[in-house]
Amino acid sequence: MRAKIVPLGLGAALVVVLAVLPLLSIQVPGILPGPTYTPGSLQLLALCMVYAALALSYNLLLGTGGQLSFGHALYFGGGAYGLGILLERTDLALWPAVALTLAGVGAIAVVTGAVSLRVTGIPFAMVTLAFAQAGSVLVRRNPDGLTGGDEGLSVDTEHVPAALVGVVHTRNLYWLALAVVVVAYLVVLWIDRSRVGHVAAAARENELRVRALGLQPYAAKLVVFVASGLLAALAGVAYMLLQSGTVPRSVGADLTITVLVMVVLGGVGSRWGAIIGGVLYTLLNQRLTLLARSDAVESLPSWLHVPLSEPMFILGGLFVLVVLFVPGGIAGTATRLTGRRRTRTGVAVLEAADSEERALEPQP
Amino acid sequence: MSTVVLLLATGLGLGALYFLVASGLSLIYGLMHVLNFAHGSFLTLGAFLGWAAAQRLDATSWTGFVASILVGALVGAVVAALTELLLIRPLYERHIEQVLVTVGLSLATVALFEGIWGTDPDFIRGPAWMDRTTGVLGARIPNDRFVIIGIAVLVLVAIVVFLRKTRYGMVIRAGVENRAMVTALGIDVRRSFTLVFAIGGAAAGLGGVLAAHYFGYVSPSLGGSLLIFAFIVTVIGGLGSLTGAAIASVLVALLQQFANYYAGGTGDFVIVLALAGVLLVRPSGLLGKAA
Repeated sequence: MRAKIVPLGLGAALVVVLAVLPLLSIQVPGILPGPTYTPGSLQLLALCMVYAALALSYNLLLGTGGQLSFGHALYFGGGAYGLGILLERTDLALWPAVALTLAGVGAIAVVTGAVSLRVTGIPFAMVTLAFAQAGSVLVRRNPDGLTGGDEGLSVDTEHVPAALVGVVHTRNLYWLALAVVVVAYLVVLWIDRSRVGHVAAAARENELRVRALGLQPYAAKLVVFVASGLLAALAGVAYMLLQSGTVPRSVGADLTITVLVMVVLGGVGSRWGAIIGGVLYTLLNQRLTLLARSDAVESLPSWLHVPLSEPMFILGGLFVLVVLFVPGGIAGTATRLTGRRRTRTGVAVLEAADSEERALEPQP
Repeated sequence: MSTVVLLLATGLGLGALYFLVASGLSLIYGLMHVLNFAHGSFLTLGAFLGWAAAQRLDATSWTGFVASILVGALVGAVVAALTELLLIRPLYERHIEQVLVTVGLSLATVALFEGIWGTDPDFIRGPAWMDRTTGVLGARIPNDRFVIIGIAVLVLVAIVVFLRKTRYGMVIRAGVENRAMVTALGIDVRRSFTLVFAIGGAAAGLGGVLAAHYFGYVSPSLGGSLLIFAFIVTVIGGLGSLTGAAIASVLVALLQQFANYYAGGTGDFVIVLALAGVLLVRPSGLLGKAA
């Protein structure tokens, strides 16, 4: 019993500390651009949280459901663009618009999930990629001037409460982002502990056996898929409000791959790992972009300067190294170091996600 | 009529490019169950280095063109073989992690290409004859289409002959069919993994040079944009089936061209719809093994 209460208390304490952060003045040199109460720092921290929420939603799909999706950005971008379009084209207030956006993205997730879940493993990854690509093409085509094409879409603030608009209110947006992560965490925790979550996790390990027990893995997997899409849409909504706009990149395959990198970096199958991965990636990306533009890098010889000035080269390389040499990511390494035995590791989850192989070939 | 002929020729040219990418993807997947996200990078690198070689010799001469094709194919084959040996092999039998490694590789290499060659497209030239057009049934067909289609057909024939007539080809075919059995017969299937990667990489590198002529430019995002359609082609054609990839390449490209022309630029959506339709009716693709 104590083993459960201690992490719960730690988590609650962390949320409280993060919640009062805008009221404090803490300098974190090298990571935050200024003291914690300044808009710049709060903006960066809030972005970390939005990506942490997105990583949590992806971890629900990959870690719990064992589904390697390459189309997750569709739901994140759907949330961002959906809200943007509703605010611009209708007279809806913010909260009804958010509710309608989530309903719309939920419907898209049901349809695309129902089709893609007809296949598993690698084919599933390709099909989800194709759906997201269709969304990305649609956004870039800019039908009726709805999405703003390559220029992107900015938030029409007419119906947004004044407390969520402008640099002076960054603090409120920060709290909103924090709330989104907490909600995402609680929903993921709830699904992981629910009957549906257990069936989906069991199907990840051995689908045939779940079917033999008379359960319906397809329905459970679809529920997990849609829940994950809805959480991604929630993160997209928060992103839209925080950045007061969005660009086509938020629906593209690049974003899905970014989230995948976050989750693998943090440790597949670990909720804490996903959050840490999301935060770490966002901070690293920010720092590396600054480093790329610094004089120190400019003055290097070109064979060093060219790779170092590309943040994605460093992050991509880091990702390859983590996959090759640190299976289980940060969370997996932490559990190995503390010597605590867990029921499943990131490696085991990834193995199980490759379910197609299992279904087709007899196991030795 | 002339519009239809032009669309047919353009569609076949595009289909040829899809096939050059998809053939490698499909063979690699069929044998190793790895989805190779870095395949687009092989293509882009082949295109860039092929163009560099053509510039060294004389971009507007046929020698330059042939050299660029050879360099593109060679670069693709070498890089692909190195990828297999250094990144894929250490993760033997861990398919999802193998996919993740190729994802990381593609991220890193595209960024590296952008660092080296910049993000803007680099416009290229070829032999003067390729820029001209030939009249076929009243339509003015750009000559590069014939070259692209011809080379793709040659590649298809070469791969088929290799798979049917040589010992290595037989091992690969048997491995796609039933890898456990081939291993049980005492044949080291892993040796053919590198070979399949090299063949796929060569086709992609060659495809890169041809794609540069088809679109008229090289850019770091060249591979990524073709890769997504190649994925769709491999799923529709049936993963692991070379013939399926060839048929699906042509079907997908024609469908895309005609929908773009007659249905107001909806080609990309029509393809995704076709993919959804194929998955609903035949989840294993047109010529895939029934699961």
